[in-house]
Amino acid sequence: MKILISNASQEPIYEQISTQIRDQIIKGTLEEGFLLPSIRGLARELQISVITTKRSYEELEKEGFIETVPGKGSYVAPQNLSLLKEKKLKIIQDKLSDIVDQAMMLGVDKDEIINIIKILFED
Amino acid sequence: MDSILKINNLSKKYGDFSLENISLNLEPGYIMGFIGPNGAGKTTTIKLIMNLIQKDSGEIKLFGENLSDHEVKIKDRIGFVYDQCSYYETFKIKDNVKLIAPFYSKWNWDTFDNYLKKFKLNPNQKLSQLSQGMKIKFQLAIALSHDADLLLMDEPTSGLDPVFRSEILDILKEYIEQGERSVLFSTHITTDLEKIADYVTFINDGQMVFSTDKDSILEQYAIVKGGLELLNEEFKTNLVGLRKNSFGFEGLTGNRDRMKTRYKEGVMIERASLEDIMVYTVGGIR
Repeated sequence: MKILISNASQEPIYEQISTQIRDQIIKGTLEEGFLLPSIRGLARELQISVITTKRSYEELEKEGFIETVPGKGSYVAPQNLSLLKEKKLKIIQDKLSDIVDQAMMLGVDKDEIINIIKILFED
Repeated sequence: MDSILKINNLSKKYGDFSLENISLNLEPGYIMGFIGPNGAGKTTTIKLIMNLIQKDSGEIKLFGENLSDHEVKIKDRIGFVYDQCSYYETFKIKDNVKLIAPFYSKWNWDTFDNYLKKFKLNPNQKLSQLSQGMKIKFQLAIALSHDADLLLMDEPTSGLDPVFRSEILDILKEYIEQGERSVLFSTHITTDLEKIADYVTFINDGQMVFSTDKDSILEQYAIVKGGLELLNEEFKTNLVGLRKNSFGFEGLTGNRDRMKTRYKEGVMIERASLEDIMVYTVGGIR
C-alpha cells in the first residue's frame, strides 16, 4: 500500500488518504481481504492526527470499500465486479464532464474533442 | 474511561491579566495543541493545571480527580516539560536525576539511559552548561521515563532546531499510539501541530477562541482574497480578520461553506493554516 500526503494540496488530508486507498482498491493493487494498518498505526507512520485517519477509514467503509472487524482491524471488502467497473467509469465520466464544460466555454466542438482523445490514445 | 484532563470554566485574575472561562477536554489517546500569542495565558493555564498557582474559580480534573485532593498520586502520572528548566543548575545531569527519580513510583532507569543516548546528552555535564534546547531534551528524557499517562509541555519546541522538533513529534506519536496516554502541549510554532495534533485549543488575551478537533477547525476557517470593491459592511461580517493593500484584500473567515455558496464570483478561497487562524484572529479587522 502506498500513501503520499501533500501539504501543498487544497484537498484535506483525510480525503487524500481515502482517495489513494480507494484508487488502489479499484485498480486491484489492494486485493480483497488485505489487512489495512490500524488507525493509530497509520497516524503514527504518517505523523498525522488519529482523527484524520479515522475519518478516512470511515469514509471508505461507508462507500463499501473496506470492512472493519472490531478487535481485528480493517480489511479490503469483497468488490462487486460490475459495480467496480461502474465506479471506474464514473471517475472517467466526472473528468470528462469537466472537459466538456471547458470545451463549451472555449467554443471547441464535439468532433474536435473526440479527435484529441483519439490522438492521445494513439500516443 | 475518564478523561485524562478536563477543565471547566477555569478563571484566574493575575495582576492586570485575567484568564476567563477556559474549558477543554482531553480523552486518552490524543494529542492536544495549545496555541495563542505570547501573553495569551498558556503558561498560566499550565501552572493552574499543575496546581503551582491557585485558581479563582472553575474546575480542573486530572484522571477524573481533583489534583489538590491527590497531589502526589496524580503528579506521579504526569510528565512535564516547562519552558524554564526548574532543576538544579549547578548539578550534573546524573546528580539531578538521582534526586528526582525516587519521587516517581514507576521510574525506569533503562528508559532514561536510552533517552540520554538518543538525545546525545552527557550525564556528567552540569545543567548550567546546557543550551536551551539541551535543557528541553533533558526535561523530556525525565518526563518520558516514569510511564506517565499525561505529558504536559509548555513551549517544548520553541528552543529547538527543526531536526529535533521533528524527532519530538515522532516520539509523541509513538507515546500515544496505544490509545491510553495523552499529550497537551503549548506552542506558538503552529506548523508542528498542523500535522500531528488531534485537538487544538486556542486562547487569546485570556479568552477561549475554540477548543475542538483540528480537522473541523481547518475545514471551518478559510483564507479569502478579493478586490477591494467587494468589501462592504455586509461582506465584512463574514470575516474574523482582514488585511488590505492597494490592490485587494486578504482575510480570514470562520464560515467557509457560507462564503463558498454566497460569493462564487470574484473571491479566492483557500485553506487556512493554524498560523493564519492565529494571526488573523489576534490582528482582527484593520
